[in-house]
Amino acid sequence: MSSWPSDAFRFALVGNPNCGKTALFNMLTGKRQKVANYPGVTVESKRGRLITPSGRKMVAIDLPGTYSLRGRSPDEAVTRNAILGKLADESPMDLIICIADATNLRLSLRLVLELKLTGMPVILALNMVDIATKRGIEIDMNRLSERLGIPVIPTIAVDKGGTAELLAAIDNAAAGGHLSSTPTWHEQSADEVRATHLLVNQMIEDCVTIPAGNDVWTRRIDNVLLHPVWGLLVLLLVLFLIFQAVFSWSAPAMNVIKDGFDLAGDYVKSNFPEGMLSSLIADGIIAGVGSVIVFLPQILVLFFFIILLEDFGYMARAAFLMDRIIGGVGLHGRSFFPLLSSFACAIPGIMATRVIDNRRQRLATIMIAPLMTCSARIPVYTLIIAAFVPNTHVFGFVNLQGIVMFGLYAAGIISAFLVAWAFRLFVWSGKSEPFIMELPSYKRPSLRSVGINVLQRAFVFLQRAGTTILSMMILIWFLATVPGAPEGATEPAIHYSFAGMIGHALLPLLAPIGFNWQIAVALIPGMAAREVAVGALATVYALGNDEASLGSTIATHWSLGTALALLAWYVFAPQCASTLSVVRRETNSWQWPLAMFIYLTALAYLAAWIVFHTTLLFT
Amino acid sequence: MVDTHSTSVLPVPVLLGKAGKGFRGTIVAVGAGVGPSDLEDAEYSDELERRLLEIGFVEGAEIEILHEGLIGGDPIAIRVDDMNVALRRREANAILVRAYPVRPSGKAQG
Repeated sequence: MSSWPSDAFRFALVGNPNCGKTALFNMLTGKRQKVANYPGVTVESKRGRLITPSGRKMVAIDLPGTYSLRGRSPDEAVTRNAILGKLADESPMDLIICIADATNLRLSLRLVLELKLTGMPVILALNMVDIATKRGIEIDMNRLSERLGIPVIPTIAVDKGGTAELLAAIDNAAAGGHLSSTPTWHEQSADEVRATHLLVNQMIEDCVTIPAGNDVWTRRIDNVLLHPVWGLLVLLLVLFLIFQAVFSWSAPAMNVIKDGFDLAGDYVKSNFPEGMLSSLIADGIIAGVGSVIVFLPQILVLFFFIILLEDFGYMARAAFLMDRIIGGVGLHGRSFFPLLSSFACAIPGIMATRVIDNRRQRLATIMIAPLMTCSARIPVYTLIIAAFVPNTHVFGFVNLQGIVMFGLYAAGIISAFLVAWAFRLFVWSGKSEPFIMELPSYKRPSLRSVGINVLQRAFVFLQRAGTTILSMMILIWFLATVPGAPEGATEPAIHYSFAGMIGHALLPLLAPIGFNWQIAVALIPGMAAREVAVGALATVYALGNDEASLGSTIATHWSLGTALALLAWYVFAPQCASTLSVVRRETNSWQWPLAMFIYLTALAYLAAWIVFHTTLLFT
Repeated sequence: MVDTHSTSVLPVPVLLGKAGKGFRGTIVAVGAGVGPSDLEDAEYSDELERRLLEIGFVEGAEIEILHEGLIGGDPIAIRVDDMNVALRRREANAILVRAYPVRPSGKAQG
């Protein structure tokens, strides 16, 4: 924003959810965008710069979608406060562009009437007029403009239609074309909302012709996608395809990233004089951050599908289908996709909980997201399963190793539901929240808009990796490296480090669940990311980078009870500093990540104890 | 919004949460005083009333139950005037609706 004058004309984009607001914002500002979080709240603000045809430099602010200015959820509160000029760190707006879905005008017009009460100049952008025309909806723009007393501009955001006219109207407003009036806004009572609806009905009757049953396609598609049986089958198919894509499409890119970080680490090690600095850069920063960045391809593929399905209108349908199934434990239908994302990595899952407008349900979803088996656990699981579970078949066709793997996933899911249920019972004392959600009509997504949004997600993830996660990595490296091994040391260096000391100190606590000191020590660097524990075990057993022989080493050193206890531990263990730091960021408090750490550790310990002692009884 | 069925006998209003798939009619009342009083406290029902109104459940609106969930027919997908909204039956019980009068032909009018 540096080149823009601080007193540049500022306008806000406001509208109902699903009105194509973000597509319009992308159309106006292109790639000149910046995503930031409002201080104190985890609501994203997107702002972009543009130059109008008359040469004015302006700032456009994309505010979260809302149906009213009541400010119920954090998102809506930000929209309300930004419009009323009550937001710290945000100068008052000069103009409001209200975006309406031309195929679904009623609620937008109610919002326009409420926005007008703020006294700010308002322009109505009638988006998706092409779809409206196709469906036979006729809107008398001049009459509507006259009735509302504000300019009405037809736009087609996905095709850049109406840009020139909208910019001209904005220019005109900046030149003082229409002035603000006295603000009379106050929070609307139920009866005021009713009165506004009556006014809107009158306007629609006068200015709009809506043929009955105009949206036949949405109806036809919903007959399949919302069908209690077919709908769930399609949902399963969609999930299957997404998972295939997340794991198979991203594998080559992940290998490239992993090799790249390995090369960079080797380069530093071979070109820098051996010592603390080279170790900090290679083992701490490069290896640590690399262990998180390696998930970027999965996150990109995942967000591509999530945003594509959201823009198409499918996400609300998925929430509808899943609501009863996961709603019984106090979650929202919308919790479903964040939880699903957590199977790749809890970080994008937790970031995706922003779509849940209710605070309690959002927190419950965040708290159980780490129980979904993320891909960082897979290396740990496969190492132990391959070493301890025989590769045989039961009942002739079911692979025993596969059953154990499936059991670990299932254990995570089942305990997530139990935890959510306990949360609802004990933390929220049984309160449930209304589930009211618009099912938007299906729309052709704009690939450009989807692309811009996916890149923004990637950028936010890298920003996290570059800040909080980086500092965590340096701390973990420090613990695993300092102090160095003494002269004539017989054990690997990590044995003498703080991590080694902590591991040994924890041993009396961990011995009852079957862990030896090697495991205890490996758990500390494993805090960086769960799969790092595999490499750490190799280090502790002095195998260097020879992770291949690690399987046979642990197979001879560990009892079956120890191995199974470690598997059980990893179903729950909060062994991920990145997740905890993202939770802190998203909840804006230390209380929730701390609670998460404590409850997950307790569950991990309990599960490992039960598994270890049960195995002892049978072996 | 004009009632063209005034010639027929008006059916008795029912709670939307109790109506089945395919139900068509108009909204008679929303919010306070509608439905069972187990809808928790006054704060909750006031919040619910305003949220229902904001998303288009307003007296006089035309509604149709389009789809039901698999378990217990919950939640329900409802057409409200020109848009579709998903709702749990629990919340739908704060809405009182009247079915369209049945013509002698047995066909509901929309």
